[in-house]
Amino acid sequence: MPLVKAAKLSPKIFHKDIAKIPTRNGFGEGLVLAGEADERVMVLCADLTESTRTEAFKRAFPDRFVQLGVSEQSLAAIAAGMALAGRIPFIASYACFSPGRNWEQIRTTACLQEVNVKIAGAHAGVSVGPDGATHQMLEDIALMRVLPNMIVLVPCDAIETRKAVLAAVQHEGPVYIRFAREKTPVFTTDKSPFAIGKAQILNTGSDVAIVACGPLVYEALLAAKELETHGVSAKVINCPSIKPLDEATLIAAAKQCGAVVTVEEAQAAGGLGGAMAELLGSNYPVPIERVGLEDTFGQSGTPDELLEHYKLTAPWIIKAAKRVIKRKLHLY
Amino acid sequence: MPHVRQTLAPLTDAKLRKLELQANAIRQDLLKMLTQAGSGHSAGPLGMADIFTALYFHVLNHNPRKPEWSERDRLFLSNGHIAPIRYTAMAHAGYFPKSELSTLRQLGSRLQGHPEYRLLPALENTSGPLGDGSPQAVGMAYVGMLEKAPWHVYCCMSDGELAAGITWEAALFAGKHKLHNLTWIIDRNNIQIDGYTEDIMPLEPLHDKFAAFGFTVLEIDGHNIREFVEACDRSKATWETPTVIIAHTIPGKGVSYMEFEPAWHGKPPQQGDELNSALKELRTLNGKIQSEME
Repeated sequence: MPLVKAAKLSPKIFHKDIAKIPTRNGFGEGLVLAGEADERVMVLCADLTESTRTEAFKRAFPDRFVQLGVSEQSLAAIAAGMALAGRIPFIASYACFSPGRNWEQIRTTACLQEVNVKIAGAHAGVSVGPDGATHQMLEDIALMRVLPNMIVLVPCDAIETRKAVLAAVQHEGPVYIRFAREKTPVFTTDKSPFAIGKAQILNTGSDVAIVACGPLVYEALLAAKELETHGVSAKVINCPSIKPLDEATLIAAAKQCGAVVTVEEAQAAGGLGGAMAELLGSNYPVPIERVGLEDTFGQSGTPDELLEHYKLTAPWIIKAAKRVIKRKLHLY
Repeated sequence: MPHVRQTLAPLTDAKLRKLELQANAIRQDLLKMLTQAGSGHSAGPLGMADIFTALYFHVLNHNPRKPEWSERDRLFLSNGHIAPIRYTAMAHAGYFPKSELSTLRQLGSRLQGHPEYRLLPALENTSGPLGDGSPQAVGMAYVGMLEKAPWHVYCCMSDGELAAGITWEAALFAGKHKLHNLTWIIDRNNIQIDGYTEDIMPLEPLHDKFAAFGFTVLEIDGHNIREFVEACDRSKATWETPTVIIAHTIPGKGVSYMEFEPAWHGKPPQQGDELNSALKELRTLNGKIQSEME
């Protein structure tokens, strides 16, 4: 499968021993780097220091780490007050609770006031596993995407998450970053490009464009590799910037391939799938198949079982790609 | 290290009378503004007229010509629906021309129905959704403590909004960090949009609740400017805890047909008899204050 050189992907990308690290670790590393680079950066935590990986920041910058306890609504609004005072606060919790519980505070105090609050939503997606549906956030992309002034980032691996944190600090205004609990393959490198508003084409392909975000980008790559053996040329696009979307890249891919599959570990309605349907519906309509949660909650299970059960893995992406290509042929 | 504290300037009798007259003039402009807008809240803004006058003309360390002066005291508003009193007090203080008051709630106006920080930065925060202002004031005060800043943080709140859980989250935080540079001012007028606070969701014993959260609690007559100024002075002198001033006010204060009437919570007087009789009453009060001065 012809990988795009400019994407600077890991040479071990399809090796069995590819490193696996949770994206949340990238968040923790990014915070420390951001704290070193900019004294305004603060971290506010709601009783989830270890699992949101904010401990290293706490150790490095105890004066700039603030523990609030289980109080997500004030977490957002207190952070906004700190941002009004010139700081750059990151608020870290599980995505179910922030932005799940404090959406109105985020809307009013971060977005309407257009201040520098950065929201880190951990434990997103069904791959949270045994904790079950209450703790598996699936609606956060939809919730954040509709807010004016909000940036929405869904990085694909630990390295990209680290870059997303640093980019969030550079961006003036509210940013939402989503990440996951489980270890997932690290297939980008320090040199892989990352920017807010940019999507990356990972491999060339012309029959179907697979647009994915988060750790499932790796499943999309596995699917494309398999599709190649079936004679199907699939282009994989890593789309970490859900808002703003890289419209030029995505529309060009739709024009070239004539069919699109979206892949995400979230409700497809309102998520990346919703965003792509809106973009292409208005600009260049092509058939779309959306791999994601289909208007359902998750449940307990192992991460692998759940990804399989909810049809989010490579075999299901392959099926979606074949379906959408058939629909494309029907048009002519 | 506590920061260097300044107490407020002494409030002379002459200054007090001046503030009372100022409050009366502000009430009159407030009513005209509300009538012209044709919608908005009357009772709360009238009830807070004395406190806002005292804040802008005596308590706050601020400069209307430099609204973003870095050392200004920060005045947050948590119950955004009383914005008209803040706008009127700000116009009188010189933040913008009084003529702009007539644009309240109009398309393109900086004076939105609920105040917006991005349009008028001296507002400090955008306010409307109840409960969101007090935690922002807390966040600001926390940074002020970290930076040993010379400014003080005030936040005006309503009593009805205290039913919002976020208020008590913020109170826990303020108590934990002993935010002594923070003063919450609660408009205890006992009414909210659906009726009397103690019928809707009882708040008493309010004094004890805040004391239990680690606040110094001061209860005052919210129409007695001297009591309010003294409470602010005590708050600035308190280095151990945040302060809450429970200001007992009369909703609709100054206009007898509005006083204590929940019906006037959310509507303005109409052009004609309603407005004229209210203004007449306030002008009469003006005469009384002036005669006391002589």
